[in-house]
Amino acid sequence: MSRRPFTPKVVTANELIDGDAVWLTALDSWSRDMAEAELIDDEAIAQDRLLFALSQPDVIVGAYLADAKASGNGAAPVHFREEFRARGPSNYLHGKQVGVKNHV
Amino acid sequence: MYKYNEFDENFVRERVAQFRGQVERRIDGSLTEDEFKPLRLMNGLYLQLHAYMLRVAIPYGTLNAAQMRQLAYLAERWDKGYGHFTTRQNIQYNWPKLKDVPDMLDALADVGMHAIQTSGNTIRNVTADHFAGAAADEIEDPRPVAELLRQWSTDHPEFQFLPRKFKIAVTGSSTDRAVTKAHDIGLRMVRNDAGEPGFEVIVGGGLGRTPMIGKVIRAFLPKADLLPYCEAIVSVYNLLGRRDNKYKARIKITVAENGLEKIRDLVEGRFNELRREFNGFDQELLENIEAQFAPPVFRKAPTLAFDAYRAANPAFRSWSDTNLADHHADGYAIVSVSIKKHGATPGDASADQMRVLADLAETYGHDEIRISHEQNVILPHVHKSDLAAVYEGLRDADLATANIGLVSDIIACPGMDYCALATARSIPIAQEIATRFDELKLEHEIGPLKIKISGCINACGHHHVGHIGILGLDRAGVENYQITLGGDGTETATVGERAGPGFSADEIVPAIERLIDAYLGIRASGDETFLQTYRRLGLAPFKAALYPEKEAANAA
Repeated sequence: MSRRPFTPKVVTANELIDGDAVWLTALDSWSRDMAEAELIDDEAIAQDRLLFALSQPDVIVGAYLADAKASGNGAAPVHFREEFRARGPSNYLHGKQVGVKNHV
Repeated sequence: MYKYNEFDENFVRERVAQFRGQVERRIDGSLTEDEFKPLRLMNGLYLQLHAYMLRVAIPYGTLNAAQMRQLAYLAERWDKGYGHFTTRQNIQYNWPKLKDVPDMLDALADVGMHAIQTSGNTIRNVTADHFAGAAADEIEDPRPVAELLRQWSTDHPEFQFLPRKFKIAVTGSSTDRAVTKAHDIGLRMVRNDAGEPGFEVIVGGGLGRTPMIGKVIRAFLPKADLLPYCEAIVSVYNLLGRRDNKYKARIKITVAENGLEKIRDLVEGRFNELRREFNGFDQELLENIEAQFAPPVFRKAPTLAFDAYRAANPAFRSWSDTNLADHHADGYAIVSVSIKKHGATPGDASADQMRVLADLAETYGHDEIRISHEQNVILPHVHKSDLAAVYEGLRDADLATANIGLVSDIIACPGMDYCALATARSIPIAQEIATRFDELKLEHEIGPLKIKISGCINACGHHHVGHIGILGLDRAGVENYQITLGGDGTETATVGERAGPGFSADEIVPAIERLIDAYLGIRASGDETFLQTYRRLGLAPFKAALYPEKEAANAA
């Protein structure tokens, strides 16, 4: 049986102080804009990047790997839950929809 | 209303001070998230999709004006200018920053409030009939008993690590507005043959993954035995409840797996031991609490102004038809303020609106406010001669929507717009349904109808007991909405029946419209409610309306 192809991933978490959704960039920083996330195509690298994230408990909370895809604009969500995390709530223009402040 | 004594004040302040230290240690890295999480949950602090969320208890749904103003202050100072009233008579702030939460808790303590035990496997906020102390059909105000239960359950050393969360609801009236049959313990005040008030004790109700209607474990419990009896139930559950499987850990499963008879025998046995230990101190405490819940001095005054304003103002007439309920005192009414403006988020009130509600309660409502599990705000004691002024005050604050109990008075949990557990969104569905039926101008014609929406199987939106329940799920990476019909959260509690396959986000509002059109076509008369029609005719005609293609295929 052949292994299922690896779905590309991003490392995501919530920022410790304000809880906002953040993504790990290729520059080892955390961005509040998913498009800036490092899109990881390799499973071993994904695990390695997740460990790197988990070693920063004073910066972020609850890091995990989320499915993602490439878009013209950078990394983009696959599942609607990640889409909502990347965008903010639908009933008010709150969270990420108010101005854009990028790196933590 | 109950005022904190020195003990309460010291206890709450000490908890805030402890939590302040815990937050500092989390931020400076001396506590890991695994270590910190149980500590923050004990203080009502969750981490959601976009931010932290602080859940503040509103014990038995009662607030005074000063407390409501403080909730407004918290919303403005540390959040985004609003708060969300929940189905368990709590208020949630969706955007606090971790470093600010101890200050928020201190500000709550200033008005005798806290967020203790609004999360975790403990006894949660004790909820009560939102018309308590005002309802015409009430035996006694249930809030003194609810306050006694709050004091008993808060930091109870034996019950801080229960198998799962534990919810108690209490009503003093035969009409059940507190959904007592869907609680771990439901307490319904009844009278015995001698005319003495006591409680029918219901156990093992609950919604969620495995919805169950509670069972009567004791038909009549004298009021004086309430604490030892509740303690007996919780201690039996604490030993017998399953800790191996989170989904089988609630007392409803304990009762279902062991049988009511066995649970009753164990509870009665434990009760006989415990009642000896309650040597009357609890009753002294209750007397003291009862004194603080003495009813306000109701005034005697003519209500002609009300009748005249009603005759002259059709909008007021419409509002008073839907948003007023009978009060036990002559000349008074219970005002339900709808926090369900068409198209708005159910249960969200702005800081300005909270202050208007506080002012109106202070000026016209004996300084009393209630939050209902239906996510509305109640002014329980308003003299009819003041209703015109109250209405105008509400209208100016965009709070005069005349839709209590109608199709747009929808319960909706926060869903995937906020909640980390959600599998789909709830709020936009509620907004779209309310907007649609407002456009159709049909809701008064449709009459009493309860739509309840949950964004996941945990059922915070009470969908199982909605006349129409909507459950949002994730079906292969797409939001999908399942409909249940015929649910009922009152004294005739029933779990709704699943209608069939779910609908996409685009299809769900038209599906609800077809359902209601069908009802209008088949009801026996204008007086027969949706629920009555459903009970008379069953699922079939509604199913046919929901799935017309299937119906056509069957006919072919």
